[in-house]
Amino acid sequence: MGWSEGLGRRVLGATLAVAALAVLSLDLSPALAADGAAIALHGVGTVPACATCHGAQGQGNPRIGAPHLAGEGIDYLREQLANFAAGHRINPIMQPIAAGLTPEQRDAAAAFFAALPVPAPHPVPPGPDRAGALLAEQGRWSAGLPACTQCHGPNGIGVPPYIPRLAGLTAPYLTAQLLAWQQGHRPPGALGLMPVVASKLSAHDIKTLAAYFAALGGPSSPEAGR
Amino acid sequence: MTRMRSLRRLAPLAACLAAIVLPVAAFAAPPPAQAGFRPPPESAIPAGPFGRMVRLGEAIFRHTGTAAPQYVGSDLRCSNCHIDGGRLAGAAPLWAAWVAFPTYRSKTKQVNTFAQRLQGCFRYSMNGTAPPLGSKVLVALEAYSFWLAHGAPTGAKLAGRGYPKLPKPAAAPDYARGKIVFAQHCALCHGADGAGRRAGGRVVFPPLWGPRSFNWGAGMGSIVNAAAFIKANMPLGRGGSLTDQMAWDVAAYVDSHERPQDPRFAGSVAETRAKFHDSPYSMYGQTVNGHVLGAPGPK
Repeated sequence: MGWSEGLGRRVLGATLAVAALAVLSLDLSPALAADGAAIALHGVGTVPACATCHGAQGQGNPRIGAPHLAGEGIDYLREQLANFAAGHRINPIMQPIAAGLTPEQRDAAAAFFAALPVPAPHPVPPGPDRAGALLAEQGRWSAGLPACTQCHGPNGIGVPPYIPRLAGLTAPYLTAQLLAWQQGHRPPGALGLMPVVASKLSAHDIKTLAAYFAALGGPSSPEAGR
Repeated sequence: MTRMRSLRRLAPLAACLAAIVLPVAAFAAPPPAQAGFRPPPESAIPAGPFGRMVRLGEAIFRHTGTAAPQYVGSDLRCSNCHIDGGRLAGAAPLWAAWVAFPTYRSKTKQVNTFAQRLQGCFRYSMNGTAPPLGSKVLVALEAYSFWLAHGAPTGAKLAGRGYPKLPKPAAAPDYARGKIVFAQHCALCHGADGAGRRAGGRVVFPPLWGPRSFNWGAGMGSIVNAAAFIKANMPLGRGGSLTDQMAWDVAAYVDSHERPQDPRFAGSVAETRAKFHDSPYSMYGQTVNGHVLGAPGPK
């Protein structure tokens, strides 16, 4: 989709949002929901539509490293947007976008994507190298390392409203996040769990885990329903 | 009951103190590396009928509700409290338990075998029914436990058995302080209502109270056991990060909620408390927020 088309959609979206707010001003929650869809699909002010990179279904775009948002926990999405806006989670693309939204607009966009349906992961048939699967499903408790799926759910499906889905994220994205936690470049998140977990992973561990969860498939997979 | 009342009077002050002087022990040492006995790795499970029984036992242990549904009446699985499939030192590992039976148990006032001990887990912690002695479920769990304990000296009190006992709390365990700890450190996973969380149709975080949790007869219903487990193992992956007092307080909070009836119910709550819960560390039969815990209600 071209930028001019995107701009047109943004203008339309802003109009729709204003109209929705006017009509529903007595009932706050539907107004917020409509606002969220408008921001997500058409952008607001100078902020481009989330869908430009993350897809209209929130399915993400692996080719440009944009993760899926569909079905993610609302608390997780809200926290990430706040962290991007404040510059605590470092991302030159997301920082100005998140900072360009008011906290209410961020919440509305988060609610929109949290409510989108997400396909089930498809379990990976066991291959000769089970290292990634074993680490993901059983952890390495002898070193105090929990299994990823103990918190992120079966097959890394995610456990809303906070714990995000891992299945179907790309290997580069997963690797970058784990490295960011290892190096203190990403805020610790709830209970400070992820920096502790990441600190117990070797480079090889990260590689096998990233490959494992990427292979489980997610909203951007070709076979995912639209 | 009187104890709770006196504790409640201090609650507002305690709540303030909890927020100010009881931060997470941010620099707490990580849980001790598994010292002493080490169970064999999964890759060492032998082929053949014995190995298959060991694997079945591990499957039941990790997925109790789906692998042995006929005996399970809760949303818990064995590996919720016996972390890492019963391997982890400090999380009541199976290998340490295996070599400690048969033994006299004050709970049953009898000498019990390991298999009888497993039956107790199903009856109380799983809020289910005891698999018969010699049934495939018990044989598989025995085979798995025996195999994990390979080479461990019979009768030895192995380091890492049970949960590391906590020193008595500086202040009596307190519901109000515990509520704050729960909201800050537990609710993310277990839910503010303690009902746990599911994803993809499966229980990810177990319910800590309510109709799908362990019943009043379970070991975790004792604040002593719950505090020890929590201190050593919670939040998952950050064991040891709560202070002792926080662990005691949040254990008191969790164990001050309603849960399924004690299957040894003796006709009345008072009688059941007198017979099986006569301890300051059991909230059964005590009054919390105007409600007598354990009072039979509609199932």
